[in-house]
Amino acid sequence: METTIFYIFAIVILIFSVLAVTSRRILRAAVYFLFVLLAVAGLFFLLSFNFLAAVQLTVYAGGIIVLFIFSIMLTSQVNDKLEPIAAKKIIFSLLAAIAGAVVCISAIMTYRFSEPKNIEVDAGMKTIGKYLLSYGENGYALPFEVISLLLLASLIGAIMIAKRDNT
Amino acid sequence: MIENIGIEKFVILSTLMFFIGVYGFLVRKNLITILISVEIILNSVNINFVAFNKYLYPENLQGQFFALFIIAIAATEASVAIAIFVTLYRRIKMIDVENVNKMKY
Amino acid sequence: MEIFNITGIIPIILFASFLFTGLAGGRLKPMVSGITGTLSIFIVTAVSYYTAYKYFFEFGKAGNEYIKIIPFNLMWLQFNDTLFINMGILLDPISVMMLIVISTVSLMVHLYSLGYMKGETGFARFYSFLSLFTFSMISLVISTNLFQTYIFWELVGISSYLLIGYYYSKPSAVAASKKAFIVTRFADLGFLIGILILSYITKTFEYTTLTDPNGSAINQGSSVLFLGLSAMNVTLILIFIGCAGKSAMFPLHIWLPDAMEGPTPVSALIHAATMVVAGVYLIARLFPLYIFSGADALNVIAFIGTFTSLFAALIATTQMDIKRILAFSTISQIGFMIMSLGVSGYGDTNGLGFTASMFHLFTHAMFKALLFLCAGAVIHAIHLNNLNEMGGLRKYLPVTHITFLIACLAISGIPPFSGFFSKDEILTAAFAKNKLIFTTALITAGITAFYMFRLYFGIFWNKEVKYDKTPHEAPKTMTTALIILAVGSAITGFIPFGNFVSSNGVPLESHIHFEIAIPAVITALVGIFVAYIFYKKENNLPVRVSSAVGGLYGIIYRKFFIDEIYIFITKGLIFRFISGPVVWFDRHIVDGTMNGIAFITNLVSEKIKYFQSGQVQQYAYVMLSGIIIIVITVIYILSNL
Repeated sequence: METTIFYIFAIVILIFSVLAVTSRRILRAAVYFLFVLLAVAGLFFLLSFNFLAAVQLTVYAGGIIVLFIFSIMLTSQVNDKLEPIAAKKIIFSLLAAIAGAVVCISAIMTYRFSEPKNIEVDAGMKTIGKYLLSYGENGYALPFEVISLLLLASLIGAIMIAKRDNT
Repeated sequence: MIENIGIEKFVILSTLMFFIGVYGFLVRKNLITILISVEIILNSVNINFVAFNKYLYPENLQGQFFALFIIAIAATEASVAIAIFVTLYRRIKMIDVENVNKMKY
Repeated sequence: MEIFNITGIIPIILFASFLFTGLAGGRLKPMVSGITGTLSIFIVTAVSYYTAYKYFFEFGKAGNEYIKIIPFNLMWLQFNDTLFINMGILLDPISVMMLIVISTVSLMVHLYSLGYMKGETGFARFYSFLSLFTFSMISLVISTNLFQTYIFWELVGISSYLLIGYYYSKPSAVAASKKAFIVTRFADLGFLIGILILSYITKTFEYTTLTDPNGSAINQGSSVLFLGLSAMNVTLILIFIGCAGKSAMFPLHIWLPDAMEGPTPVSALIHAATMVVAGVYLIARLFPLYIFSGADALNVIAFIGTFTSLFAALIATTQMDIKRILAFSTISQIGFMIMSLGVSGYGDTNGLGFTASMFHLFTHAMFKALLFLCAGAVIHAIHLNNLNEMGGLRKYLPVTHITFLIACLAISGIPPFSGFFSKDEILTAAFAKNKLIFTTALITAGITAFYMFRLYFGIFWNKEVKYDKTPHEAPKTMTTALIILAVGSAITGFIPFGNFVSSNGVPLESHIHFEIAIPAVITALVGIFVAYIFYKKENNLPVRVSSAVGGLYGIIYRKFFIDEIYIFITKGLIFRFISGPVVWFDRHIVDGTMNGIAFITNLVSEKIKYFQSGQVQQYAYVMLSGIIIIVITVIYILSNL
């Protein structure tokens, strides 16, 4: 059962990834990307990281995709098709990507991963909250605060950059 | 459960996804689509983190937290990048990566 | 001695005055700076006299002997247990005497400058520099060790530089200040090396140890030979080179005549009365060392002093610029002091030369400062300083006339003015030591009288010149200073100087040596008489005489071509054969290497800049390919090796 679900998700991810990077309609590319995100969230569910999957759905699918679509609306016409890409460029890029993929996959295939530990992961909200705000061992208080600061900085930065006149 | 799905399958999936993203990054002209490619790459990394967390180090949650932080950073990055694109569009009326070369030599 | 702690406020007051006038002076009315400076030097003078009184009459003597008193001596820099530098105050007869000389002359000059410099731009700057100078000079004379002396020695040089270049918009003043600085700096190099060797030999900087006749320092280093002289002799000669630079001894005298580009009060204070005698003072300070372990050095000093005094006196007879005449006269008189130290012995009547030198320093400070200030008054009145263009000024400037005459009589050695007494002692000391030196000194004294009265008659008598504006007597502040100094020049000779200052601290009963004095006075009178014939009334006698001796006159007039020789050595030899190649090497080899590197870098970057296309995707592609290649290399090739 899980295997089947995994394969379905995997195929969805791969197909929509390819579509997202090749589609000549930019809005469609964004929508394909949304499907990729949903499938990745599904994988997280499969691995029983429920909170992470929820975050993936809300932040990525809910937030970032909306942002993308807004910016697409702002910068181009919905019906615009992107101009086709030069064949030479496609070939060389494809070659590089495939070469990279082959190298990596062959490395993965030859590597012997250690036996999976069959321990149930406790990834409930309560645990995550405790971890995020504790500062002892396995505490993530510092990265958490840094991230919050980063969010603030990018908030201000985005406003400053996108302001109409820099007066 | 997931015992019958090997970890290497997740890793291979994420690798493929990664290189699809890389391909997109290399061929796309529109900056927004390039950003989408980057986001695909980030997602593939997330899958990796989570899979390793689940299979190899289930007693701790480092992988999950890293994935969380990556999502947060991706959000900030996307917001700033899109702010830049909008400004750029206002300036030069297009957001093709080939035209953004004011900083060359 | 608790009582002498008050002496410590002298440098503090002066430094505060320097800072105040220097920092705030530009924003205040100029007179405020002038009055601040004058007031602070007035306090300093009062404290100096108080110190001198307490020292000479109450606390200075231990038994029959004046001792060195060190009110305090702080460790300033410590490098290790034996190498350390102190800062402190040392009082002994000569430093106390110098305190009086410096503060008195400085006070007079401050007072005088209130009138003389009035309305000049940079009035506050002038007073600030004067304070700096007085501070450094007083700190120099009360130093407890050689290194402290050296520090203030350099500071004195700096303030002299600043004051010579006071009119910095005048190219000649700038050149003169640079010349003075470079020449004295060059000499100070010798001084510094001397200090270092001396401290290496004796392991101390402290004067108390260095100059103690029974101390450990005296006989060190006499066994080590260098160039046929003992190391101590060489060291002391090196130190003397520093002194020669500051005191304008031949052949390092060339800066002093040019230094007259500075304002006249500065010439009076620095280049006549105080700074230029720093060299004399330093030799006197180290005198026991010279006597006991540097006999050869002392001989060198005696001969250089004698030669310089004659040499400068000869030049002075031909010069036309009144300040330059006085400058050469200064060189000549300092030559006397140096010579007197050179011929001196140690203790009792042998030490007469030492006392005479210090006495002459004292009286010379008075009358030479007076001469300069009078010359300043003349320049102030007619704005000229060429002797040819002036004359008949006695009617217009009565005070200046009388005071100048007193000073001339004093420097010529006519009794009862002060110069007579000091010169008499010098000649006596020279007579006892070396007849050649004595004869030269006697002749020089005659020439001195001649050129001084040439100057006197040339300014105040001679032809009647029509001036554009009727000259008028200087303001009260200036004449006050002149009168006070004239009184000083007239009466200081009666101070029984030997009672206070002597080579070993034991009072020396001095009296007039008539067998020396009478020929000396006669020589001086002859000099004056010749000057009277030549210059009292306008006549063509000087021209006839000068054309009769012809070439000799020309040589002397051109100052024996010393400046030309310097120019030849520096420009013709050093610049061309040493500096030139060095510059060429620097320009072409050193700079060339650097420029070459820059040029190649530039060229290469010009060629490879096209890699920087600005295309992000291109960069990414290159990076990805690179990574793949590296990974393949590492995993599949290197691991299988």
